[in-house]
Amino acid sequence: MTQLRIHSIETLGANDGPGLRMVVFTQGCLMRCVYCHNPDTLDPQGGQLVEIDELVQRALRQKNYFGKNGGVTVSGGEPSLHRVVLAEFFRRLHAHGIHTCLDTNGLFLDDELRALYAETDLVLLDIKHIDDEHHRRLTGVSNATPLAVADFRERSGQPMWLRYVLVPGWSDQPEFLEKWARHFAAFRMVERVEILPYHSLGAHKWRHLGLSYALEGISPPSAAAKQQALDIFSRHLPKVILR
Amino acid sequence: MRAGFSSGPWTEKIDVYDFLVRNISPYAGEADFLSGPSKNTAYLWELAKKALKEERDNQGCRAIDPATISTITSHSPGYLDQAREVIVGLQTDEPLKRSIKPFGGVNVVRNALKERGLELPANVTEIFQYATSHNDAVFAAYDAEVRAFRSKHILTGLPDNYARGRIIGDYRRLALYGTARLIAEKKADFAKLDADSMSDHLIRLREEVSQQISALKEIEKMAAAYGCDISLPAQNAREAVQWVYFGYLAAVKEQDGAAMSLGNVSSFLDIFIERDLRNGTLTEAQAQEIIDQFVMKLRLVRHLRPAAYDEIFGGDPTWVTESIGGQLHDGRTKVTKTSFRFLQTLYNLGASPEPNLTVLWSQNLPDGFKKFCAQVSIDTSSVQYENDDLMRRVRGTDDYGIACCVSHQAIGKAIQHFGARANLPKALLLALNAGREEIDGTQVQGLTAGPLQFDAVMENFKKSLRELARVYAKAMFIIHSMHDKYYYEKAQMALLDTDPHIDIAYGAAGISIIADSLSAIKYAKVTPVRNEQGIATGFTIEGDFPKYGNDDDRVDHLAQEIAHCFITELRRHRAYKEAKPTLSLLTITSNVMYGKNTGATPDGRAAGEPFAPGANPMHGRDSHGAIASLNSVAKLNYHDAEDGISNTFSIVPKALGATRGDQIDNLVGMMDGYFANNAHHLNVNVLNRDTLMDAYQNPENYPQLTIRVSGYAVNFTRLSKAHQMEVITRTFHEAM
Repeated sequence: MTQLRIHSIETLGANDGPGLRMVVFTQGCLMRCVYCHNPDTLDPQGGQLVEIDELVQRALRQKNYFGKNGGVTVSGGEPSLHRVVLAEFFRRLHAHGIHTCLDTNGLFLDDELRALYAETDLVLLDIKHIDDEHHRRLTGVSNATPLAVADFRERSGQPMWLRYVLVPGWSDQPEFLEKWARHFAAFRMVERVEILPYHSLGAHKWRHLGLSYALEGISPPSAAAKQQALDIFSRHLPKVILR
Repeated sequence: MRAGFSSGPWTEKIDVYDFLVRNISPYAGEADFLSGPSKNTAYLWELAKKALKEERDNQGCRAIDPATISTITSHSPGYLDQAREVIVGLQTDEPLKRSIKPFGGVNVVRNALKERGLELPANVTEIFQYATSHNDAVFAAYDAEVRAFRSKHILTGLPDNYARGRIIGDYRRLALYGTARLIAEKKADFAKLDADSMSDHLIRLREEVSQQISALKEIEKMAAAYGCDISLPAQNAREAVQWVYFGYLAAVKEQDGAAMSLGNVSSFLDIFIERDLRNGTLTEAQAQEIIDQFVMKLRLVRHLRPAAYDEIFGGDPTWVTESIGGQLHDGRTKVTKTSFRFLQTLYNLGASPEPNLTVLWSQNLPDGFKKFCAQVSIDTSSVQYENDDLMRRVRGTDDYGIACCVSHQAIGKAIQHFGARANLPKALLLALNAGREEIDGTQVQGLTAGPLQFDAVMENFKKSLRELARVYAKAMFIIHSMHDKYYYEKAQMALLDTDPHIDIAYGAAGISIIADSLSAIKYAKVTPVRNEQGIATGFTIEGDFPKYGNDDDRVDHLAQEIAHCFITELRRHRAYKEAKPTLSLLTITSNVMYGKNTGATPDGRAAGEPFAPGANPMHGRDSHGAIASLNSVAKLNYHDAEDGISNTFSIVPKALGATRGDQIDNLVGMMDGYFANNAHHLNVNVLNRDTLMDAYQNPENYPQLTIRVSGYAVNFTRLSKAHQMEVITRTFHEAM
C-alpha cells in the first residue's frame, strides 16, 4: 500500500501539459515564491493521503478523454518531495499506456529523482529567474538546482517545457529576460516555453491562511509588458506561448 | 432516371435513404473552402435584424394576425425583399407576424391575444361553438386523478392545450419526388387499406391518408402562390432547398407544436449542390447563399404563445432542429460540404439559437469536421452534440434526425408522440408524505418519526413511481388519441410512410435531486421536519454523503436505478396506437418552474430552489472537475432513456487551453472521451460568466448572444431575469 499526500485533483486539466489531463496537486513545498497562487498546498503535513491504487483507478476512468496527447500531470505543491511514490505511480500509469507529466520547480536532483524523471514523459520545469539573487528574493532559494535539472533533462534526451511567471517589478526586467532566453537557446529538448502572466487570484488564499502577501497592490502585467516578454523570448526560443 | 444521379430502388419507390447512400459525397477536408455572406444575404439579414429588434422592443412579439386561422394556404405570400431572396416563404404575409392556430386549444389562443390587448374575432369564437378543439376533447376525457396530477405540477407541460409537435416530416421527399408522385403513392397506399372485415384501425388509416393527400394538394397550392411548381421533383440545388422548405413551412403554418424539427436535410441537399457545382451551374458563393437564406427563414419561424407557456419553455424556442453529420452503417461519413455550410451560417449571420444545430458525433467523424465544430462552439456556443455511435447501435437506423431537444427519430419511417414530463422529486415527496402532496396535503397517519430509513423510503418511492406511471400513461393515451382526432398533422404525415412506427416519449425531471436525496438518506442521517399535518416541510441532514456529479458509483448507481425503475413501470402500460415507451431525462428550461413548484427535498435543496437542468448534477455539487461530472452523467443508461439524456456543459475558454489551437483540440478530445463512455448528449457553452453578467445588466448590447440551455439554445436576453440568473449561477468549469 503506497500513499501520496495530495491537495486535490482536477479532472479536466487543459493548462498543465498537452491535451486533456487529470492533474494531481500534491501537498507540500519548500520554496516560498512570493506570488504562489496555491499557498494552501505549502504545508507538508496538510492535505490528505490517497492510495496510489485509487489514483490509478481514477486515471483509468478518464482514459477515454486523454486521446492521443493527454494523460496525467502531477503538480503541486512541489511533487519532487514525493519522488519515490511518484516513480511507482508513473510506472503503473505507463503500464496502462498513460502519458505522464511532472510539473516541478526543479528543487532537487538526486538518484531517486533521476529515476522519476526516467518515468516522466514530459517535464514542465519552472525557471523562475535567471539571476540567482533575484531568484532567491522571489523564491527563497538559489536557482542552481533548477538550472541543473534543466541540464540533466537536456542530456537525458527527453522533452521538457519551460515555464516562466511574469511578475511586474520582480521578474520582468528586460535584461534578465534576454539572459534567460539566451541561456536556453541551444537546448534541443525544450519543446515549448510558456509565459504565465502573474494574476492576483491567489491573494485571498494568503489572507485566508493568515499569511501576509508580499505582492499586495501589484497588478497583473500590462498587455505591453506581456508583449515585450513574448518578443524577447521569441527572438531566441522556438515555440513561445503567452497564456 | 435522373441526369447526374446514380439510380437504384429509390427511382421505383419512395426511398430517400437509398438515394442518399448512392449519391452522397462524403467530405473529409477542412473548412477553408467556405464563403462569406453574399451582398443580398447581408442586406436581407439587416432587414431581418430590424424586424427582430422591433419584436424585442414590443415585448417579444412584433405583430399578430388575430383574424385568420392559420392553415397551409391561409396567408398570401410574405417576403423580406422579394427581388433579393433566393429562398422564399413566410408563415404569414409579413416577417415575424404570428398567426392563430386554435385547433389545439381555442382558449389558449384567446388568452394569448388578450395578453396582447387583442380579442379573438367573433367568427372564430363561433366556429368553436360547433367544432371541437383538441383541448376541449382531452378535458372531456380526463378524470379526477389526471387533473389532480396535472394541477399539482406532478405531470407538467402536457400537450393538452396546444399542438404536440415532435413529429418530423421527411421534407426531403418533396425535393426528390414532387407532389404528383407523392400523391400517387399515397393513393396506392389507400387502395391497400382494405380487408374482409373492416376495423377501427383501417378506417382511421383511410381517413388519415385522405387528409394527407389533401395536404399535399394544399402544399402545391401554397408553392404556386410563390410561383413554384412543386408537383415535379426539384431540378437544381436552389429548387431542392426551396421544395424542402415549402414542406417545412406547411408544417409550421398548420401546427404550433412546441418542437417543430427539420430532420437531417443538409447532406441530402448537398447531393443537389454537388451536381450543380459539377455542371458548372452553381458557384460555392451561390451554394452558401442558398443555405444562408434558407437558415435565415428558419430563424424567423414563430408561434403565438401565452405568457404561461414561457414559464415552461423559456426564450420562445421553436426547435427547428437540424441534425448534421454522423456516419453511415457502411462506414462512410455523412459529413458533406453542406454540413460545413450549415455551421458557417453562424458566422455569416451571427450566432443564433435557431435552427437548433445538432452535430451527430461519432469517433469516426473526419478530423477536419470535428475541429470546425469545436471552433464554432468556442466562437458561438450555438451547437449541441449527440452520440451517433450510440444511437446507431441502439436504435438501428443511420438515417435519423433529432426531434425537439435530444430525441432520436428515424426519418420518414417513424414518429414520436410527445409526452412532456413528470416531476420525480414530487413523486419522492409523495412517498415521504404517505401519498399527500407536500404543498397543501391534509390528513395525517402512518408516518414514522425520526430519521428516514433508506430501504423503507426506496420501497415507498417505487410504489409512488408505479402510481405516477399509471396516471401518466393514461393521460398520454387520452392526449394522443384526441390529437389525432382533432388536430391531425396532415402535412407532416403526408411526407412519411403510411402507418409509421411510433415512440411514446415520456420524460422525467429532477434525476440529480433524486440521486442526491436517496444518497443523503442512505449515507447521512436525514430527519424530516414535519408540520402539524405531518407533511415534511424541510429536512435536517447530519453528516456528509456522496453527490451525483463526482464520478462516485455509490450515488451514480442510484440515479441509474431510478431511471430504470421508472421506464420499467411505464412499459407496463399499453400506449395509444401501440407506441413504444421511451423516456427522456430532460427539463427544457422549466427547471426553474419545477423548482418553484416543489417543496424542500432531502438532498438539502430548499423549497422553491431551481432544479439542475436536464440530467446535470446540481449546481456546485460537482466538485471534482468537469470530467468527473461528465462521467457521472455518462453512467445513465441510454437503454433506459432512449428519448435522450440531456447534459448542459459550460466552460470558460481559458479552461480549455492556452491557445485557440489547444482549445479546439481539447474540446474535440473532451467530446471524444465523453461519447466513448456511451454518454448521449452534450450542450456546449464556451463563455465567461462576466459576459453573461454584462448581458444581464445591458441586454441591448447583446441582441444575438446565444447560449445552450437544456437541449436547445436561446437568445440569452430573451430569457426572464430569473432564468438568466439561474444560468449565471450554474457550474462553470474554470481553470485552477
